[in-house]
Amino acid sequence: MSSLHYLRAMQGIVGRELWRFVRQRERFVSALVRPLVWLFIFAAGFRATLGVAISPPYETYILYEVYITPGLVGMIQLFNGMQSSLSMVYDREMGSMRILMVCPLPRWFLLVSKLIAGVAVSILQVYVFLAIAWCYEVEAPWQGYLYLLPALMLSGVMLGALGLLLSSFIKQLENFAGVMNFIIFPMFFMSTALYPLWKMKESSVWLHQLAHYNPFSQAVELIRFALYGEFNEYAFIYTLCAFVIFMTVAVIGYNPSKGMMMKKGGR
Amino acid sequence: MNKPENSPLTQATALTVENLSFSYARKKALDQVSFSVNASQCTILLGPNGAGKSTLFSLITRLYDTRQGSITLCGFDVKQRTGQALSRLGVVFQQTTLDMDLTVMQNLRYHTALHGIGGKIAKKRIQEELERLNMYERRGERIRQLNGGHRRRVEIARALLHKPAVLLLDEPTVGLDIPSRHSIVEHVHALAAEHGLAILWATHLVDEIYPQDQLVVLHQGSIKQTGSLEQVLRKTNTRSIHEAFQQLTQDDRE
Repeated sequence: MSSLHYLRAMQGIVGRELWRFVRQRERFVSALVRPLVWLFIFAAGFRATLGVAISPPYETYILYEVYITPGLVGMIQLFNGMQSSLSMVYDREMGSMRILMVCPLPRWFLLVSKLIAGVAVSILQVYVFLAIAWCYEVEAPWQGYLYLLPALMLSGVMLGALGLLLSSFIKQLENFAGVMNFIIFPMFFMSTALYPLWKMKESSVWLHQLAHYNPFSQAVELIRFALYGEFNEYAFIYTLCAFVIFMTVAVIGYNPSKGMMMKKGGR
Repeated sequence: MNKPENSPLTQATALTVENLSFSYARKKALDQVSFSVNASQCTILLGPNGAGKSTLFSLITRLYDTRQGSITLCGFDVKQRTGQALSRLGVVFQQTTLDMDLTVMQNLRYHTALHGIGGKIAKKRIQEELERLNMYERRGERIRQLNGGHRRRVEIARALLHKPAVLLLDEPTVGLDIPSRHSIVEHVHALAAEHGLAILWATHLVDEIYPQDQLVVLHQGSIKQTGSLEQVLRKTNTRSIHEAFQQLTQDDRE
């Protein structure tokens, strides 16, 4: 199999996902509304009650809106990762997953391409969101927006791999509500997206520990530092390791002879 | 990828299924199934609903793994040499697998990309296949705007873009009106006769069978009869395929 074949296939998969996203306008809008509601309403309301002390990467006192923005970027990617996992379950039921699976490329490669396609969609959303936030005076240095790109790629594939992993275990579409309750919300609230770690320590050491080890926290920190042109090495390594683990399990989950497909399909 | 090893295309047997067994949890779906499909021939996999046709297709397309028995496509074992085997296989699944919001062209370009077929050749082949089905002028329409029969045609065109040697169709005419059914049945038979494709067509409708077709009658996971229409009629001592089918699929229910 030539590398050109791989390249074309990946282009095809990513292109299809982007087209579909642009075509489905409601999806585009609803994907943007969610973080904007948080930014405009939740953050504005909390601004008065929550003071954020100076902590890296920030050099001055900042408004709560500024603190929460990288967290919301993370949220976009978290929802996206889960949503593309939903679309995988949906695809599998509708059969278009089968079209993908019968093409003569290794399954791991198809899953990785699918993952990258989802990340491309999430990055598109993130930049539109940041542009709106900019108008709302949540501004980062311009280089930050460049540094952000590789960070978004890594955090995106990590969260997407988590979604893939879940999709190989979810039997039915309806269970996505369960994913919301048991994965998305705990991950989001138990992270540094909404409040800094040291603040959490004041109220609960236990929660602080959980938030620290939550891979989503590390993804958010990676994004936060990148947005201010800084590299958070710990967050980078943590996110990378989480990606490798999630992806490995997901590939096993989609392997026809080893994984969950068998349990569902038979033996 | 495109270099066929030991030129498998020259072999007359394009698809071989040997001693294939498969079960879901406790229920046995396929039991010691063996048959083969030859080039230039249309083999009808006939069986009532729940006979195991879809399971068989899932195994050939490697949605599920084969545990017992083997499947060989153009000389390549599906389990060991998946890539080579799958590149010679075209499939039309029972459910629609097109993107409703994308155009005919976009759907087909997606398929050529997955098979690594580049721009110019892809364009040419898409035109050829669509023209053959009188669908070329509708290439810019979204799938949502097409009726069931036209969607099926697009799927058949798509399955042929990478020039497979074997074409699988899983009850492709379900839910279509009679003229659409008729034209699809005719087109597929022509593909076997004129282009040398080996076709495996799953159905439970006996009127889709042509006299020259090979039959594989599957019931409750095992093969009840194989051979040409004439042979099957002789073996079952019946006068019509309808009668034969009735007889073959009723035996076990007693």
